[in-house]
Amino acid sequence: MTRNWSPFNIVSVVFGFAFLYLPILLLVIYSFNASRLVTVWAGFSTVWYRELWNDQALLDAAWVTLRVALLSASVATILGTLAATTLVRFFDFRGRLLFAGMVYAPLVMPEVITGLSLLLLFVAMDFDRGFWTVTIAHITFSMCFVAVVVQSRLISFDRSLEEAAQDLGCPPWKTFFLITMPVIWPAVAAGWMLAFTLSLDDLVIASFTSGPGATTLPMKIYSQVRLGVTPKINAVCTLLIAVVSVGVILAAIVNKRREVQKARDAHLAATAG
Amino acid sequence: MAVEPLIPADAPPQPARDKLRSRGARLYRSLVVGVPFVWLLVFFLAPFLIVFKISLSQIALAQPPYVPSFSLENLSTFWNNLQQFTVDNYVWLTSDPLYINSYLSSLQIAGIATAITLLIGYPLAYGIARAPGGLRPVLILLTILPFWTSFLIRVYAWIGILKTDGLLNQFLMWLGVISDPLVIMNTNVAVYIGIVYSYLPFMVLPIYASLERMDYRLIEAANDLGCPPVKAFWTITFPLSRPGVLAGIMLVFIPAVGEFVIPDLLGGSRTLMIGRTLWNEFFSNRDWPVSSAVAILLLIVLVLPIVWFQRAQAKTTGNG
Repeated sequence: MTRNWSPFNIVSVVFGFAFLYLPILLLVIYSFNASRLVTVWAGFSTVWYRELWNDQALLDAAWVTLRVALLSASVATILGTLAATTLVRFFDFRGRLLFAGMVYAPLVMPEVITGLSLLLLFVAMDFDRGFWTVTIAHITFSMCFVAVVVQSRLISFDRSLEEAAQDLGCPPWKTFFLITMPVIWPAVAAGWMLAFTLSLDDLVIASFTSGPGATTLPMKIYSQVRLGVTPKINAVCTLLIAVVSVGVILAAIVNKRREVQKARDAHLAATAG
Repeated sequence: MAVEPLIPADAPPQPARDKLRSRGARLYRSLVVGVPFVWLLVFFLAPFLIVFKISLSQIALAQPPYVPSFSLENLSTFWNNLQQFTVDNYVWLTSDPLYINSYLSSLQIAGIATAITLLIGYPLAYGIARAPGGLRPVLILLTILPFWTSFLIRVYAWIGILKTDGLLNQFLMWLGVISDPLVIMNTNVAVYIGIVYSYLPFMVLPIYASLERMDYRLIEAANDLGCPPVKAFWTITFPLSRPGVLAGIMLVFIPAVGEFVIPDLLGGSRTLMIGRTLWNEFFSNRDWPVSSAVAILLLIVLVLPIVWFQRAQAKTTGNG
């Protein structure tokens, strides 16, 4: 099959990626600007990074965000994996349609509505708003993303392996951890990463559900952006971009390695047999 | 298991163990189904019902700032409260042009931005799908990577570019293309740019997925039979990629309608979008009943395109 990459294709790819990456690149470059003005270049400097280190409010917000993200991603991964298992394995229970609807709806739900409705729930329950309410809100919307990611892996999973284990007397939970989990874990890990970054990035839902003492980093960035663009925000953003990019690229490399290893094993098995 | 030899040979095989196993299986099953089910009922469905309920309540100068329209404490007060149900908030939404204009302009802005995203995203997806095999995974990773980085940061990045004394104006004036700076920031154009930029990966990935599966020998056959490339594209490639295009349009349009961050940071005071109106109604005016009514209507507005999309997709898969 020949796929000639025409000049038109090359131009559209180059332009597309320039559009996607140029703004981020400029943001990163100007975080090293010595001037206080974002748009006037006054030489290379790391002064804004040093200043970040002294901004206690910002560091506190970063710490809150990290704790919320770690906790909510972990719980969302468990709940999302259970939800995915339910969607793929169990068909005959009452309310299945409702369940599926509740898993998919948050994916298309505008964030303002999710945030508003959760806040009204917390008010109705007379629940103190803060760290826990943000965490619960993040678990609720990110578990649905985890469910979709894990579900796609479970669908292509060979069910007869599970059935064989259960026919041999293996209890279902043990089957899950010994047979299912080793096969689906890359999807579970990807789901965790997705939940983690969704929580790390969320502004709208956190703004609705948070209370005093639980300002997350995006909320902090947002309130400062409204006052104007400063190189310090560029520096925070650059650090966040760096962390997330390194994570995603590492995950992609690990995944690729695993695939290569699998292909090699399959090749060995084929030549041996 | 030590009991097994005691079971007479003519008894049904291992009834005790089967029963035990099925009890374990039932427990497992009810946990797997029950835990996420209960979580979603409490934190997804219940909040919704509360929003619906509050949208039918009256505003009050209290904490929380609304008059509860019913509670289930006892039946007589329940009936009393039921009569306090009010559709005033919805009437209010239709009488004040602010809300109708917000809805219409959200749909318009999201629609225009989605069309631009398609115009940029399709050639990009097509280019990636036709790239040499070794390059494709890298290009896909590059497409996905911005999706992982914060939405807020990506919108923020444009402020420094689009401002009156921003990088774009500096660059264009240095080139000599313009003599006076363009006013882009705080206009709808900036909002279009923000939406296109933020949602481009959502358009590219589904289109790429449908182009990737395509059999390119069809194009070769068409070319061999004398069909010009442009005509081959419109009669073969584009129809085959329609499911991807539809999915992309949906993935961009739906979230763009309810968008808050982009119109708030890039748009001007005259940029009306419903997500922003809801936010202001809630945080600035503290009118919870009206913002709840706005939310309910927004959902109804969004259900229509989703239904249309599912119909359209059923049709394309039916034909294909």
